[in-house]
Amino acid sequence: MGAVSLKNIVKRFGVFTAVEKTSLSIAEGSFTTLLGPSGCGKTTTLRMIAGLLDPTEGEIIIGGKRVNDVPIYKRNLGLVFQNYALFPHKTVSENVAFGLRYRNVTKPEIARRVQEALELVQLPQVAARYPRALSGGQQQRIALARAIVIEPDVLLLDEPLSALDANLREDMRVELKRIQERIGVTTVFVTHDQSEALAMSDQIVVMSDGRVEQVGAPEEVYNTPASEFVAKFLGASNILDGRCLSRGPEGAVLEVPVFGKVIVPSAKAPHLVGEGAAKLVIRAEKLLLRRSPPESGAFSAPAEVETVDYQGQSVRYFVRAGNVQLQAINMIDERPFPAGAQVHMTLRPQDCAALPG
Amino acid sequence: MGWSVIRAYTILVYLFMFLPVAVVVLLSFNQNQFGSFPMTGFSLRWFEALWNNDAVMRAFRTSLVLGLLTALISTTLGVLASLALVRYAVPGKNLITTILIAPILVPEVVLAVALLLFLNWLGIGKSFALLLAGHVIFTLPFVILVVQARLVSIRRDVEEAALSLGASPVQTFFSVTLPLLMPAVAAGALFAFTISFDDITGTLFWKPGGVETVPTQIFSMLRNSISPEINALGTVMIIITVGLPLLGAAIARKISIKRGM
Ligand SMILES: Nc1ncnc2c1ncn2[C@@H]1O[C@H](COP(=O)(O)OP(=O)(O)OP(=O)(O)O)[C@@H](O)[C@H]1O
Ligand SMILES: [Mg+2]
Repeated sequence: MGAVSLKNIVKRFGVFTAVEKTSLSIAEGSFTTLLGPSGCGKTTTLRMIAGLLDPTEGEIIIGGKRVNDVPIYKRNLGLVFQNYALFPHKTVSENVAFGLRYRNVTKPEIARRVQEALELVQLPQVAARYPRALSGGQQQRIALARAIVIEPDVLLLDEPLSALDANLREDMRVELKRIQERIGVTTVFVTHDQSEALAMSDQIVVMSDGRVEQVGAPEEVYNTPASEFVAKFLGASNILDGRCLSRGPEGAVLEVPVFGKVIVPSAKAPHLVGEGAAKLVIRAEKLLLRRSPPESGAFSAPAEVETVDYQGQSVRYFVRAGNVQLQAINMIDERPFPAGAQVHMTLRPQDCAALPG
Repeated sequence: MGWSVIRAYTILVYLFMFLPVAVVVLLSFNQNQFGSFPMTGFSLRWFEALWNNDAVMRAFRTSLVLGLLTALISTTLGVLASLALVRYAVPGKNLITTILIAPILVPEVVLAVALLLFLNWLGIGKSFALLLAGHVIFTLPFVILVVQARLVSIRRDVEEAALSLGASPVQTFFSVTLPLLMPAVAAGALFAFTISFDDITGTLFWKPGGVETVPTQIFSMLRNSISPEINALGTVMIIITVGLPLLGAAIARKISIKRGM
């Protein structure tokens, strides 16, 4: 019932294009995250799915039906907002019951389902309170209960956790994922927080400037970025501009500064078409610093530690090799290298990714 | 030194403003026909006389009906206009707002004459409907100002949540927007009623012959004689125009305390 697909969707506000020709398919029951920096068009996309905005071009299909002309109140969607948007003049149970009142549900059935939804979000004790008398985290749980009690075809959440403080956000993240898995509703989640996206999603849609940069499972998007933007947006990355010398069965051979020739496995260079300008992406936490050169099987280059940013279980180093500065985030078991130390950077071929230049 | 002068001055200004009112209220309970201090005794006879005065009671009923209708129409129009202006992209929004608010800024006499001339030009005579229309035009800005201020503070996403849950736009208005707007709607209606109930300038121009409202009735009674009945009528007016808003505010506070807002 709840698969969503967008076909060549465009949204313009006057002359400004907020979303450029976007096609996307969201599998039934999946947890899909729209991830991207502020202003990239995540909310606009979500609001088009919801029916709060009309796309300028393209089709929106929910559960196999074109819904472009179906108004929001007939789409059977659950919507959760950043600021909860609870009805301040209704009690918690009236809030949760709201959607059921428009659905031919009998009174006792409403009461039962409201109770069930409140138990699902672990707040049955606040049923009689008004929203003002709840904490932010509680309000967001009630907003979630109100959205899922109607058994929506699709659950849409626009940065639902970003108004909560850090600790609560992590708890709610786990909680939200648990509830989503339990009821199995197709979910579209909007965030600009990459760790939220990586932790919760089945599929991540990375957006930038109204365009989709990459769609994939979290580990795919993280390990095999399709563009420099994705590589930089998700985690800390080093990007070396170089050339692709050849593509063979053993992988793509890249010539880059610092490391010289690097062979990237084909699986890590899916977007590299052929020879020519290319970029090598090295995740900061995959660049290991050692005292001595490595055994075979890894690429290596000498470098000097410039700054040391000690973070407890890990350290972020900025190192310099020639005129190139690189970032390395390493776990440590002893003491970190001091600034000025001469080290060897090592890198396993499978930990690199290659992009067209 | 400076402050005590200001304080004394302030007290004098307030005395000057409110002493006559206090005197009117006090004298309305006077037993004696002629107002003089000290009062000779407490009595409700002037109120009783009012009750038995047909002209006054007719004026009272006219004022009441006029005030209620003005409040009803003004509030309905005001809410609709505010909704359109705040929630929808109406072309010429600023111009429309200015025109709707303008009657507050134009001196009442000018407004009264203008409306009268306009209707003469159209060949429409004076009537109760005209009087009502005048009062609506005159009270509408107050309603719009109050309702608009409240409406901008109602978050759009609360309405969007209702829509997403299956309520149509009309159902959303009645189940979410209007209840949240209620304090402003009530305040606007009270404003409209009191202003209409109180109004004399416009009413004198617009009322058809033979129709009197309480203020115009007082005015015409004053032309004949100064009867203590007028004091009693004044007291009733004060109770209504001051008491009603106070009552409204008290009810509004009760409701908001209950909701913890
Ligand atoms: N109603 C509108 N009229 C004009 N421009 C708009 C409108 N709504 C959004 N935009 C523009 O469209 C772009 C995308 O906005 P959108 O709200 O989708 O961003 P977002 O990715 O959700 O960002 P954020 O993380 O800050 O919420 C922005 O540049 C925004 O200014
Ligand atoms: Mg947004």
